[in-house]
Parts: sequence; C-alpha cells; structure tokens
Amino acid sequence: MNELALATFAAETGTHLVGEPRDRRFAAFVRRFDVAAYTESLERADVRWCPRTAHEFPPLLRSIHDPPPGLFARGAADVELLRRPAVAVVGARSCSPYGAQVARMLGRELAATGLVVVSGLARGVDGEAHRGALEAGGATVGVLGCGIDRDYPAAHRELAARIRESGVVVSEYPPGVEPAPWRFPARNRIIAGLSGVTVVVEARERSGALITADLALEEGREVFAVPGEITSALSAGTNDLLRLGATPLTTSKDVLDVFGIEVGPAADPDLSEEGVKVLARVRDGPAGADELVRATGIDAGALATALTELELAGLIIQGEGLYRAH
Amino acid sequence: MLARTITHAVVGLEARRVDVEAHLQRGVPGFSIVGLADRACQEAKHRVRSGIASAELEWPMRRITVNLAPAALRKEGSGFDLPIALSILAASGQLPRDRLRGHAAVGELGLDGRLRPVGGVLAVAEAARRAGLERLLCAAPSGAEASLAGIEPVPVRHLAEAAAYVRGEAEPEPYESPTDHAPEPRYLDLADVRGQERARRALEIAAAGGHNLLLAGPPGTGKTMLARRLPGILPPLDVAEALEVTRIQSVAGLLDPEQPLVMVRPFRSPHYSASVAAMVGGGPGIRPGEVTLAHRGVLMLDELAEFQRPALEALRQPIEDGEVAVARAAGRAVFPARFQLVATMNLCPCGARGDPAAECSCSPQRLGAFRDKLSRALLDRFDLVLAMPRPRAHELAAGPAEPSSAVRVRAESARCRPPAEWAPAAEALLDRAVEQVPLSGRGRARTRRVGQTLASLAGAQRVETSHVAEALSYRAPRELESS
Repeated sequence: MNELALATFAAETGTHLVGEPRDRRFAAFVRRFDVAAYTESLERADVRWCPRTAHEFPPLLRSIHDPPPGLFARGAADVELLRRPAVAVVGARSCSPYGAQVARMLGRELAATGLVVVSGLARGVDGEAHRGALEAGGATVGVLGCGIDRDYPAAHRELAARIRESGVVVSEYPPGVEPAPWRFPARNRIIAGLSGVTVVVEARERSGALITADLALEEGREVFAVPGEITSALSAGTNDLLRLGATPLTTSKDVLDVFGIEVGPAADPDLSEEGVKVLARVRDGPAGADELVRATGIDAGALATALTELELAGLIIQGEGLYRAH
Repeated sequence: MLARTITHAVVGLEARRVDVEAHLQRGVPGFSIVGLADRACQEAKHRVRSGIASAELEWPMRRITVNLAPAALRKEGSGFDLPIALSILAASGQLPRDRLRGHAAVGELGLDGRLRPVGGVLAVAEAARRAGLERLLCAAPSGAEASLAGIEPVPVRHLAEAAAYVRGEAEPEPYESPTDHAPEPRYLDLADVRGQERARRALEIAAAGGHNLLLAGPPGTGKTMLARRLPGILPPLDVAEALEVTRIQSVAGLLDPEQPLVMVRPFRSPHYSASVAAMVGGGPGIRPGEVTLAHRGVLMLDELAEFQRPALEALRQPIEDGEVAVARAAGRAVFPARFQLVATMNLCPCGARGDPAAECSCSPQRLGAFRDKLSRALLDRFDLVLAMPRPRAHELAAGPAEPSSAVRVRAESARCRPPAEWAPAAEALLDRAVEQVPLSGRGRARTRRVGQTLASLAGAQRVETSHVAEALSYRAPRELESS
C-alpha cells in the first residue's frame, strides 16, 4: 500500500480517505505518481513524511477508527516525540482573559512535567497553550488543518516557528493545501487521536473544541473541561461537557493523576508583608487595583510594588486591569 | 511721492520685517498692491480706501502703488491695512513722513476706519523690538499684548486717532500692564474624582516626571475625567513659558484680549478625525498644529485607537524632539511642541473588554486591526500605561478625595530634587525584569525614568527596588500589543 500516494490523492481530490479507493481514478493517480521525485521535493522543503505503517507513527493515533494515511512533519524534534504521553489543550479562538490564563498555565505546568502539549495553533486558547509549553521549555506539537508548509493563521507565523525550533508541527495534508473550514474538524480528530487526555478550556456551544472533545470521547479517551462562569457564552460549551459527564479540571494535577505523575507542592517564595496580604486577597477572586487598595489598606504606590513582586514571582497575573492568582 | 512704514509679517511663529512703501504718481487714478500679497492682503485695497474716507482724510486721486518688501516673502492676513493706510497718507502729504521713524504698525481696518486686532501681535512686537524699533502702533485691544514684548505700544481705536498721533496732536491712551493683575489660573480639581486610587497615583507620577500617560479601559470608568485634571497638578507656568504659550495662542488667534498673558497651561483635546496637518501643523499658511498649541501643556488624545494611523505616527517625532519642523509649499517653519501626552482608549473596538458585566463581541481580526493601529513604536512613547477595569458600585461611594493643590505640591517638590543614584539591588531587579517580562531596550529606559521619578516623589536618596517594582507595574500590558 502506498500511503504517500493516498495522502496526496486525498488532498488533491478533497476527499476524506482512510483506505485506498478501488476506482480507476486512484489507480491512474498511482500510476502517474512518482514516489521518489515527490519524496525528494519534500526533503527539499524540509518536510518529513511518516506513514501510518511506520514504527514511529504514534500508536494512539493509529488506533482511531479513521487514522490519516500518515503525517507530514516539520520541526527540530523527532517524530518519536508523538509517541510520548500527550495532552490536548483546546478551546475558543476568541477566549476571555480567564481562558487565556488557564490555557497558558496548563501548557506550562503540563509541559514542565514532561508531557507533550498538543494543540491546533489557532488563536486564543490553542496559542496560549503552545506558548505556556514553550515557556516551560517543554515539548509541544502543533497540528495544522492545512498544508504542512502553510502558516495559518498568519498571526501565528512566529509562534509556529518557535514550536518548530524545539517541537514539531504536523499535518495530514501535503504542502500546498489551502486552509478550508471543512478540514478543521478532520484536524481535530488528529489532535484528539494523538492525545491520551483532552482538556477543553473555553468553548461556545457547537464549537470546534467540542468536536475535538466528542472525537476523544468516541475513542474512549479522557476528557476534562475547565469550569467557567455560567453567565458567559464562552463557558456554555464546557459547562455542557461537564453536564454530560466530562471531568471538571480545577488544577493541572487532575491531568497529571491520569498519567500517574506526581509533583511536590511548590513553596511560596519569600514575600514582603504587603505581598502576602495582596496575594491572600487575590486568591479570593480577581480584583482591580483600587479594590485591593481598599481591601488591604495599602496605598496605591506600595500596592503597585507588591503587585510587581507577585507578578515576577509568578503568583499572580494581570489582564485588562484585573489581577488573578496564578 | 514715496513714503514708507515698517511692519512685520508672521511666518510660522516668527515675524519678519516688511517695509510697506507707497508711491503716488500722476496718471489715471488707480491702486495696486505688489509683493506676493495673498487674498486677504489684496482686499486691503477696499478696507484702506473706505477707512481713509471714514477718518475724514483724503483719498489721493493719483496712481497709487503699494509695495510690500521683501517681494520674495509671501504675505498673508489683514495686519497690513494700518501700515498701508499710513504710508498712503504720508505719501500724499497728509501726515509728516519723518514722524513714523522708530515705529512699527500692525492692524486691520474696518470700513468705518476702526482698527481691529490681528493674530500674532506679540511675535510682531518682539521682532520690532529686536529690530531696534521703539513703538508699535496697533489696535487698542492688542496694546497689552504688545507691551509683553518690552516695546512701547501705541494702542489706537480708529485710523483718525492714529493720524492724530502721527501728527503729534494726541498722545496714546495708557494701557494696563497684563502682568500686574494676572488672576490665579483655574483648573478642574482632582477632588471631584471618587475612588480610582491607582489612576490618581499614575497621574501624580506623570505630573512629577513629565511622563506620557495612557489610560486603557472600558467606557465610563473616568479615564477622560482623570486626564482632564492633569494640567491642574502641573507646576504653574513661569514667565518665559507663559510668553511662549502666549506667542503661539496669539498667532493661532486664540488669545483672550482680557488676558493677554496666558498663565494657564494649555489643554488641547483634538477630535479623533484630526488630520496630520491638524496635528503637527501646516495648511496653506503654515499654521501651528495641535502639538504646538499644546506646547508647555497637555495634549489629550481621547479614543487613541480611533485616530488615523498617519496622524498618530506623525506624533512620534515631536514627542521625541520637543519641536516639529513643517515644510509646505508656502514655506518652512519650526514650531515648538514640548507637550505632555495623555491618551485614553478602550481595550477593544466594542469597548466591552475589561468590563466584567459585558461580553466582547469583537472578532479576532477586528481586535487585531485595532491593536495594530497602535504601533509598538507609539506604545513605547508612553512611560505609564494603565489598564482600568470598571469600578464596582461600592468603590464609587468612596469619600471625598484629595484636592489637586495637595498633589501639585508633591509633584512640584519632586521636580525640584536632583536625580537619585541607583541602588545595586534596584539595578538587579530591573535586569531580572528585562529577562522575565520581557522588556525591550526602550521599555527598560522607560522603567528607569519612572523609577527615578518615584524615588524623587518619595524624597529618597537612592532608587530602591520598591521604586523599580512600582515602575514596572505601569508597563504596557501584553493584551495591548498586537499579536
């Protein structure tokens, strides 16, 4: 069986193919298809091809009911990276600051323990998860819904390049395939397929992240959903998942437990008196600076000092003027 | 018969000497003005002719040629009316020619012969004094303004009065010296602002260090209200600064005749539809733009992200240099533009971001375009950036706040202190932040400047880690930068 020919044929005809079709068009395509020349052109473009029959092909992805013929890959890391335990972190493109914060935190904390963070390189939650993993110096894999040579979305060109420096970007589509809406659900099955656990951070109703979660559930993988505010449309999808029986995620430890990874509790660094007070208040819920002034009795100048101290220690983060515990 | 009167033409903010020569010849009666006079200047013919008639003087039935020298300098405006009338009267023997020696004249004539004030009298008076002239004939309301230049003004209300003065029949009316009874300038007071402790603190730092300030947050959080109160906590203008401001406002025609010396720090808040020319100056006659009108004061850009990008980019150079060179077809001028910039903006186009009660409906593309408008280079010009969330109801019920006068005293004394040394621990913290945040080279310099101001505000000998940490808290948040 010629997987490379199958992959290029599927991409050219815009069809979703699991096995080789028994028709004349495909037979004619295979006769014309020059494997050696095509492989050489891939090499020139610095793209590797990993057929699903190969030993390095991730077994979890091979086991789904419609695995791709193989994966095109670009990046410094070995395709072997895909065989390591992986977690998908997915969610809304137009996420809230809360969603962005959680995605980044998960990316960082999961990657720090050696898990591979898989996501779709989209704006919002996906991008933040990748960034978090890169921050922790961990491994991260971006799955594209377009040709392996495309930078999509264009705004994440730089992020994709950074992922390729230490991790790998994969796609089932050969170079030259344009992004199209119907390809993204197909991409989502690869994200879910590569990962033992899928975490949905924020999702509206009927969103792409929910497709990923459904696909993961169909394959019997663990699905976590991050609880959000019941009043926010961005939490409607995740809260639905929770009602359907997804496990609520409240700390990254929930995911680590699934993989049997244990980490010791991180000790708070030495903080100033004001820092301790402010941290205690922020841990009760997000607050603006003026609220903190009133709640702690610290004046605005000293508060600003304490906030920077906590930010640099990685204990709080700021978004749109509100400070949250990290 | 030839007679000459000296006046000055305003070019940019400077005035250049112009000799107004009138020549009377035999021949068919006529009147022409030569010497690159613009339309308002050409129309002087009608005003001067009616004005002379109304002053019950005689219009010479000769061929009259008026030359405005140097001929290469473009002349504009109506300030040439008075010198033209005086030259014609002198050339026709109705006024003694030698009596105008040591005098300059400027002013517009009404058809009834009354004199009207024109813009830029201070600049004209200063140039006349520099040229060694002793007296300036001008419209009565301009007398006090002219006296600021240290020249003896001859304020007159009517052309007949001017003629009487030149004949030596009358002495000029006394004028009131504007510096004698300058009232205390009035500004909006910070006591009106409830809550907003962090923003008030940032405003105080901005006043103490002359830093540019950006306030970002959802609508209705008091951003504009705060920004408008910055001039009131800046130190008062000294006399030299007041003269600079007066000269600019005089040329722009914004001067109040009752208050010829401007002691109030300017506050300019152009609408976001402002063009590049409106912002930095230009137009057919090279008028000063908003950056110059805000010289020694505050330029506020409300809804920063709504401004046209070219207008914003044009601000970068004046912010850096404190002046702006404008070159147009009409000529070239360098305007002073040392202003403090305060800007407000929403966190997204629909304005819902930062408001816990609303949900942002902006598409990522729209948000991206919104943020792209603020190039990093422009964002880098704001030493202090503040994200202001919507305050909760109970925060607005806070008690009465400190008045501007108290804040101004602290800011002024901070301005007087010599720059503090840097403690080694403070340097170390800044280095760590550069790595961790991360900060650009400009961002680092910005934090250093603010840290310095904070040490001065605290009256500290050295810049300590606490000052650096506070300075870091006013850096631009990641969400404002385009992704």
